[in-house]
Amino acid sequence: MSVKEITAEHIEELEVLAAKYPVRRSALLPMLHYVQSVQGMVSPKGIQTCATVLDLTPAEVAAVATFYTMFKRFPMGKHHIGVCINTLCALLGGDDLWKELTETLGIGHDETTSDSMFTIERIECQAACTVAPVMTVNWEFMDSMDPAKLKELIEKLKTGAPVQSTRGTLITSISDSERLLAGFNDGKVNDSPDADDSMLAGLRVAKERNMTAPIGKGVR
Amino acid sequence: MTLTSDNKATNTQELITATIDGIQMQVPKGTLIIRAAEKMGTFVPRFCDHPSLAPVAACRMCLVEIEGMPKPQPSCAIPLTEGMVVKTQMTSKVAEDAQAGVMEFLLINHPLDCPVCDKGGECPLQNQAMTAGRTESRFEIEKRTFPKPLELSTEILLDRERCVECARCTRFSEEIAGDPFIELLERGAKQQVGIATDEPFNSYFSGNTVQICPVGALTSSAYRFRSRPFDLVSVKTTCEHCAAGCSLRTDYRRETVMRRLAWEDPEVNEDWNCDKGRFAFGYLKTNRLTQPKVRNLDGNQIDALWPDAVDIAAAGLANAQGKVAVLLGGRLTLEDAYAYSKFARVALGTNNIDFRNRDHSEEEQQFLGSAVAGNHNSVTYKELENAQNVILVSFEPEEESPIIFLRLRKAMQKGNLKVTAIAPYLSKGLEKLNAEVVATKPGEEGKVLSGIDIVENSIILIGERAAAIPGLLSVALEVSNKTQSKISWIPRRAGERGALEAGALPALLPGARPVADASARSEVAKVWGVSNSKIPSEPGLDHSQIIKAAINGELKALIIAGLDVLDAPDPKLFSEAINAVDFVITIGVQENSLTRYANVSLPVAPVTEKSGTFINWEGRPRPFGKAIGSTNALTDARVLSMIAESMDLDFGLQIIEDLRMELSELGIWNGSKLEKPQFESKEIVDFKNDNVILSTWHQLLDEGAMQVGEEHLAGTQKSSVAYLSEETAKQNNLTTGDLVTVLNTRGSITLPLEIIEMVNKVIWIPFNSKDSKVKQSLGAKEGDIMLIEKGKV
Amino acid sequence: MGLTPVLTAHWDEPKSFDIENYQKHAGYVALTNSLKMTPDEVIGVVKDSGLRGRGGAGFPTGLKWSFVPQNDGKPHYLVVNADESEPGACKDIPLMLANPHSLVEGVAIAAYAIRANHAFIYIRGEVPHAIRRVMNAVEQAYAQGLLGKNIKNSGFDLDVVVHTGAGAYICGEETALLDSLEGRRGQPRLKPPFPAVAGLYASPTVVNNAETLASVPSIILNGADWFKSMGTEKSPGFKLFAVSGHVKRPGIYEAALGTPMSELLDYAGGMKQGRDLKFWIPGGSSVPMLTPEHIDIPMTYEDLAAAGTMLGTGTPMMFDKTTSVVKAVSRWLEFYKHESCGKCTPCREGTYWITGVLEKFEHGVGKEHELELINDICGQIAGRSFCALGDAAATPFPGAMKYFASEFEEATRKPVDVSFPPERTKIFSTVGVM
Repeated sequence: MSVKEITAEHIEELEVLAAKYPVRRSALLPMLHYVQSVQGMVSPKGIQTCATVLDLTPAEVAAVATFYTMFKRFPMGKHHIGVCINTLCALLGGDDLWKELTETLGIGHDETTSDSMFTIERIECQAACTVAPVMTVNWEFMDSMDPAKLKELIEKLKTGAPVQSTRGTLITSISDSERLLAGFNDGKVNDSPDADDSMLAGLRVAKERNMTAPIGKGVR
Repeated sequence: MTLTSDNKATNTQELITATIDGIQMQVPKGTLIIRAAEKMGTFVPRFCDHPSLAPVAACRMCLVEIEGMPKPQPSCAIPLTEGMVVKTQMTSKVAEDAQAGVMEFLLINHPLDCPVCDKGGECPLQNQAMTAGRTESRFEIEKRTFPKPLELSTEILLDRERCVECARCTRFSEEIAGDPFIELLERGAKQQVGIATDEPFNSYFSGNTVQICPVGALTSSAYRFRSRPFDLVSVKTTCEHCAAGCSLRTDYRRETVMRRLAWEDPEVNEDWNCDKGRFAFGYLKTNRLTQPKVRNLDGNQIDALWPDAVDIAAAGLANAQGKVAVLLGGRLTLEDAYAYSKFARVALGTNNIDFRNRDHSEEEQQFLGSAVAGNHNSVTYKELENAQNVILVSFEPEEESPIIFLRLRKAMQKGNLKVTAIAPYLSKGLEKLNAEVVATKPGEEGKVLSGIDIVENSIILIGERAAAIPGLLSVALEVSNKTQSKISWIPRRAGERGALEAGALPALLPGARPVADASARSEVAKVWGVSNSKIPSEPGLDHSQIIKAAINGELKALIIAGLDVLDAPDPKLFSEAINAVDFVITIGVQENSLTRYANVSLPVAPVTEKSGTFINWEGRPRPFGKAIGSTNALTDARVLSMIAESMDLDFGLQIIEDLRMELSELGIWNGSKLEKPQFESKEIVDFKNDNVILSTWHQLLDEGAMQVGEEHLAGTQKSSVAYLSEETAKQNNLTTGDLVTVLNTRGSITLPLEIIEMVNKVIWIPFNSKDSKVKQSLGAKEGDIMLIEKGKV
Repeated sequence: MGLTPVLTAHWDEPKSFDIENYQKHAGYVALTNSLKMTPDEVIGVVKDSGLRGRGGAGFPTGLKWSFVPQNDGKPHYLVVNADESEPGACKDIPLMLANPHSLVEGVAIAAYAIRANHAFIYIRGEVPHAIRRVMNAVEQAYAQGLLGKNIKNSGFDLDVVVHTGAGAYICGEETALLDSLEGRRGQPRLKPPFPAVAGLYASPTVVNNAETLASVPSIILNGADWFKSMGTEKSPGFKLFAVSGHVKRPGIYEAALGTPMSELLDYAGGMKQGRDLKFWIPGGSSVPMLTPEHIDIPMTYEDLAAAGTMLGTGTPMMFDKTTSVVKAVSRWLEFYKHESCGKCTPCREGTYWITGVLEKFEHGVGKEHELELINDICGQIAGRSFCALGDAAATPFPGAMKYFASEFEEATRKPVDVSFPPERTKIFSTVGVM
């Protein structure tokens, strides 16, 4: 799979990121997210580009790029799919989901399908334990998954049917997510649902049982 | 007990009282536990700790118990404080257990391949495993493995499975060298040292990482699998490559130097040296001359016995009847240079002697004679480290004196030094010094230097290239006086300062004595045991004048010693001169292009096979002993003594002790010095659009004669490129990536062009690198006006 | 005292994340009030409230702020630790999703208090939905002059940058977070100097957890006494408890500190399918596990410490009888191995070793003596590694051995999937939208 070139316009956007910080180097993680959104990976050329923009050596950038697991040094597919295999998710069904996913797609951890549609990864705790077992598509959450939902999800992604993340937006591509992570707001804040059952669990019980915090002078 | 402050502890003299292993001591405030323990004789095991690197406390090997602290603490990172009670592994079970635990962890993934490892026998991991390790492993699962070795550069190899992740190498590269080309990559158990794709570890200081690696993870291609440390004999020597004067450890086996390391010398090179000094010693074995040769009646060179060769040399010199001159390279020891200086006067009756086989001038001789020679108050490394302001003129530290570069960088990092460079552009090396560049055309340095604001008590470092710029050295001295700033002259070659002190110049006798000064002559004549009249009172010819005189038939014989024609100010004229004289004696270690012109060629000992002294740029004598004793190679001084003897002279410099005694007898000269130079600067005339001024200097690693035979080292050279400013490139219809040809009437050099931010109307090219040999191809010098045009493939 | 919705009080309203909704409920009034106080007065109120860090360590927030030197001529920085990655912890992300303005307002107040004109919200990279909401909140606040130059004509300037991580649990450690924010590998720094003296860009810096800062506006608004009317003397105030695992209604339960687990479990509908609780972990995998006998311990910093564990992130994970402790511990160790930064030897090598040995136990081929070995290795990591990640990695095994040693012994003979069939442990809930 050919990796997209980084162009002068891309370098301009990298400059925008670098300019956000009092010390330009602080922009390195966002910049690598950006490179990943352009290239679907962090390529040696991408590393070189970040190094040039920040006046670092490529080794200094490589040291950072290889430290963080979200940065991939191989070309990802259109969609990145993660299955949480940390203890709680794994026990509550994440292991099954992973098995199902690998069997459905015929690939393993950090591998990409031959049609460049999917890259899958065993991911660690996503801070979504209340909606375990959790999966991610392009890092947007798919809460409380089960094998049937997984099958349906993959099918929809394959056919291009709309898929709504349970907490995020309509699924587009890893590239779009990475652009957001780089710091370019996609303006889709209203596209994601309001608080879900797990987030409202306590508030609902409080209302049912008439429990409140003490009333303060300022009221909230 | 009171431990005195060493240079690395702290500058404050405030003492605090603390206890280690029951022994109360006073140490300067700020002293790290690990150092204090070491001073009292307790070695706390360590890996990541290195006295010249900032503490990181990463390896956790040096854990000790500190009273009042619930957990064992890293002694490498914690300074002793008043009343602190520390227990090391000697008295604390907690510390002992903690260290044993860390050692066990370090060994689980270690391959234990000591029998084939370069480091085996001198390995901190091996040694400390003997004291803190278990006898049997509890590790039964699979060890981490990596493909090996990983080539970090052509010179440095990495065996990742041996690495303990102490990060000494990466920290050295970033903190000390300023070359973060190696880094820790990946994370956790996969963490490993590495380079970026296509960006090798080409740092001039890379070899230091091999030396400070506490395991066998980093090795050098040149030495890998070559020998065992316990088969080597180590001798303290002085590096012969540049004027830094680094202490080296030369390790040899069966008369062959196997490797060289930096020998810690706090005053000079601290813990470090450069890769040229470390790795470039293959010349010792390459093209070595071992046998005297003489030219027979048929004109062929044939091997000769020493007595015959010496007699022929003596006779040839006698025939020349005073129409003789001595040309030296800049690489001789003080003692050998002194022998030539004396020989010229005593045996040849001439002041025609010059050690400057490079661009030079009469102005420079006056500068050296008035401000450098015999100056016992010259700048030191320590002064550089504590300086507030250093001004660099015609001097590129990283390329031309790398240990000065390291010291300036250290000072800069301490935050107290501001470096100003009068240079055509901000080089990578200057960038690493955080230097401010006053962009200057070659030729205008003097004007710029006298124009900028210089704070009093600054230090001016002026490189040997200044001699090529008329008026510059004169201005520099004036500015130095006016601003009460010390000035220090930085020659490139190891023997230059010594040869200057030895009087190997047409106007100078040993010890900065002007030949024109009668009492100077008589002092010297007395020590030499000759009549006053023996030493000519008129200054002799300098290098260029000698060449000219030879070509004009005014000289009959030349002694050429330790010199490569390719370094000469003008190699073409040099060759003409050799052809013009009747009789040539060459004296040298290696065969070179001159040898074949010799009527007599005499082999001499390289530095490893003799004792001697280099005087470094500070004026500091750096004596060294003979490393390899059993070869019969002779010193230059010994060879000259033999010739003198054959000329029926009592020369008296047979052995090093004679030389040193005589040098000390000459003592310090308090009389007159050469006049201060007062030369006019030359205005740069207006020139055409396709004309540019040449700027050029040596890159540290290049095609120099003493770097031959070191392929691995050569692989880390910088590639040869030419630099132009955007405007100048545009004017000549050139862009980055084009080839650019620099030419004059003599020849041309064609290199890939890089456009950088630099002064206009100047082209920079490397002095003696691959495809860029300024002297050979152009016979030009810095400041010359050249033509440029688009190069053809 | 029961549930005390403060941060969560309006999450059931449409677009609870929007500034309009936030301001309907006195949003940014606390900021306005703060700007009328001196910075030291703000610090004083937070100190008086007894608010303790919600990220895990429980350090008093006001005290932390007061460590920042004043009039030192250096820029000060506020950095929000929203790198929530601790296994079990899932309260900052929902908070940022549903109520990002409470965080932004807290940031503005805290920055004012510590005299910082620059704040960074470091959010882990894997949560675009939360990042989007925080970005939006920051933009909305700028648009209303609640951030930026001369906020509310107070003369106080504050720039806030939303910054994303890229997958590294260690960046939750505050000095690793700072290195990461400086564009470096997220490896912890040697202390001293502490961030309050030399943090971001070597300048005085406060690093606070997201929930901690989001709690600040309500304290300013209602006063320290109001805050202290909830919780205990040493653990005052409210807290987001995220209850997960084998419970009927996993989710966020905002309650006063001191609420016992039994009560929280009741709110969460009890254990799923009526199965018995086997073990639970009060605040992330890095704190020692507890058993049903500890279910009535008040959830406070002090009471849980007395029980040999910690409140941690206050996000209890509940596991029922079908759960294999061996598998649970093994997975957590895999996590620590994956997340060990590699800087120090004990954590890097120790986690590598333990996971290798535990794997054998998962397959039922562990050796009896290897239990002692793992215990030794944990002992060689704990207290000897560079940062708390090592200590955390050395926590699950000894904790589990304390209560479930026989289960590990069984794993020398029998694969854990045989002893504890995974089919019984998993729950394929029908909750969720697709």
